[in-house]
Amino acid sequence: MKIVITGNHTVSYGAKLSRAEVIAAYPITPQTEVVEKLSSMVADGQLKAKFIKVESEHSAMAACIGASAVGARSFTATSSQGLALMHEMLHWAANARLPVVMANVNRAMGPPWNVWSDQTDSLAQRDTGWLQFYCENNQEVLDTIIQAYKVCERVKLPGMVMLEAFILSHTSEPVEIPPQELVDRYLPAYNPEYKLDIKTPHTFGGLTGPGLYYELRYKIQSAMDEALDVIEDQDREFKKLFGRGYGLIEEYRTKGADRLLIVSGSISSTAKEAIDILRERGEKIGLIRIRVFRPFPKKHIKNAVKNVKRIGVIDRNISFGSEGIFYQEVKSALCNEKDSPAVYGYIAGLGGRDVIIDDFIKIADDIKETKSKQDIRWIGLKG
Amino acid sequence: MDRPKGLKYTIPQGEIMSPGHLACQGCGATLAMRYALKALGRETIVVIPACCWSIIDGPFPYSSIGVPMFHTAFETAASTASGVLAGLQIKNKHKVNVLAWAGDGGTADIGIQALSGAVERGDDFIYVCYDNEAYMNTGIQRSSSTPYGAWTTTTPGKSFKTLPKKNMVEIMVAHTIPYAATANIAYPEDFIEKLKKARDIRGPKYIQILAPCPVGWKYSSEKTIKLGRLAFETCIFPLYEVVEDRYIVKKPSSKRPVTEYLQLQGRFSHLKAEEISKMQEYVDSAWKKLLKKEEQA
Repeated sequence: MKIVITGNHTVSYGAKLSRAEVIAAYPITPQTEVVEKLSSMVADGQLKAKFIKVESEHSAMAACIGASAVGARSFTATSSQGLALMHEMLHWAANARLPVVMANVNRAMGPPWNVWSDQTDSLAQRDTGWLQFYCENNQEVLDTIIQAYKVCERVKLPGMVMLEAFILSHTSEPVEIPPQELVDRYLPAYNPEYKLDIKTPHTFGGLTGPGLYYELRYKIQSAMDEALDVIEDQDREFKKLFGRGYGLIEEYRTKGADRLLIVSGSISSTAKEAIDILRERGEKIGLIRIRVFRPFPKKHIKNAVKNVKRIGVIDRNISFGSEGIFYQEVKSALCNEKDSPAVYGYIAGLGGRDVIIDDFIKIADDIKETKSKQDIRWIGLKG
Repeated sequence: MDRPKGLKYTIPQGEIMSPGHLACQGCGATLAMRYALKALGRETIVVIPACCWSIIDGPFPYSSIGVPMFHTAFETAASTASGVLAGLQIKNKHKVNVLAWAGDGGTADIGIQALSGAVERGDDFIYVCYDNEAYMNTGIQRSSSTPYGAWTTTTPGKSFKTLPKKNMVEIMVAHTIPYAATANIAYPEDFIEKLKKARDIRGPKYIQILAPCPVGWKYSSEKTIKLGRLAFETCIFPLYEVVEDRYIVKKPSSKRPVTEYLQLQGRFSHLKAEEISKMQEYVDSAWKKLLKKEEQA
């Protein structure tokens, strides 16, 4: 059934179709509609779940962790400051190997107050051990939440699904809502091997010295490596059942390209328009959209840029004192490659500033020439 | 050991907790857990934030607690317990007790927001604060539960704490909590009875048990029980329950002067006569207020 809904309500449907059993959430603009819709779904019995209306995002994540530890599928949604407040517990969820899934509406961090699109909130959480998915449209948001549960429960790590403030969260788009039976076929009930259970009493998270802690961290890194394959496998299985698949990265008109733009999130749609215009002009240019940021799909990116000479990475985020965060990651993936392409970094659209087709065309022109590799360029910066 | 004829055990004999844990000698917090498990039995899941008990239970892969236990971050005993409870409820496991078990810092300071949230929501679990009156696990720093007059490593020498102990029970009562109580490791029968009562009440329950700490209070470890008794007998740490706003106070047969309690502890050794009399006045006034509350109910 196709319905026209906002990104926020899409998230709620995603959680409902995934049969989330415990939801703990705290309101924050622009995520509020997610929790409102889920509250009414639980209240009217459409979704059999416990909804804990916590007093903070920190408690939301703690409650999701507690619920997941007893074997309940748990869900939350947040944004920006709320995600930052969760930070400590994000580490806790991952290190406790609990497959909590959340949606994060990418919103700028204050001050100054700004509720618009910006990816720095979630990218600042990149080292917490969460899988991170950056979505381009509402359909992908729905599908990715369902996929995230499947993948996360396999690899025993939590997962974060990103949609951007207003551009997706408050924009209505037609979204195919798959039948529950089909989702149930794809996503079986969560039944973890280890959980808090009075029949088999175990202590979770007890003091562990240097003699074992190191190996436990290696296991998380291995699980992230494994997740690359699991995401691809599960995406293929999803495509078989639902007819839609996304991959770790999306390659758009990359055939024969000697220049590439690399983007993520909602600006990808605009960038694709720019690529179409440039291709019509006969320019050999294509685009890569990075959908999965953690684990970072290094191998896929390496393969996709094999015959490329120049790359421009556009970041709606910034690591102050360094560069755009996708730019860093792309460069680091390519740095040991033979004849690796020149990679240039561009900052755009922070705090919801519009990024338009013309911006991408300018970037495409800009990377034609050799630049100092240290430079990042700020698109549309006012003098 | 043979039990002399005619003597009866006044608390359950079965032990759930094992020996071999990592507590200091004479640790009140360890006795508190041992009694709590006797009261609640094996159908219990324990949530423990950063506190002495993060260590006491034992290093991975060892555990001395005998029931499922989840270690969580400092300020999240109550919020994690809310999640555990919701998970159990949705799985129809309604007969499992959820026990949040935190120190006084994790309760009265960093964890108070999560606790307040869970109590306001009416979440059906037991929260026990084992109160050793400072951050003992990190090395005796003052908490809001440190009493007036006490030395700690952050209230050193002449800068002893000059502010009163935060009254968490009253804060819980202000939430209209169905059950709040104090307890004391020197009175296990009372503690066990309170836990059993709490278990059978639906909604949030809060028990604050005084857990003397030989290291932090600076006394020799064989005096833990004696200090517990003196805390009750001097009315420094009264034993009472608040059930649906009704106060029930246990009274000592005779009220002892606070000096008897203070003089055994190095943490109060710097106090001068005037400070001790100030403390006596404070204790007398708090005791009177408490008795008044019992009368009013």
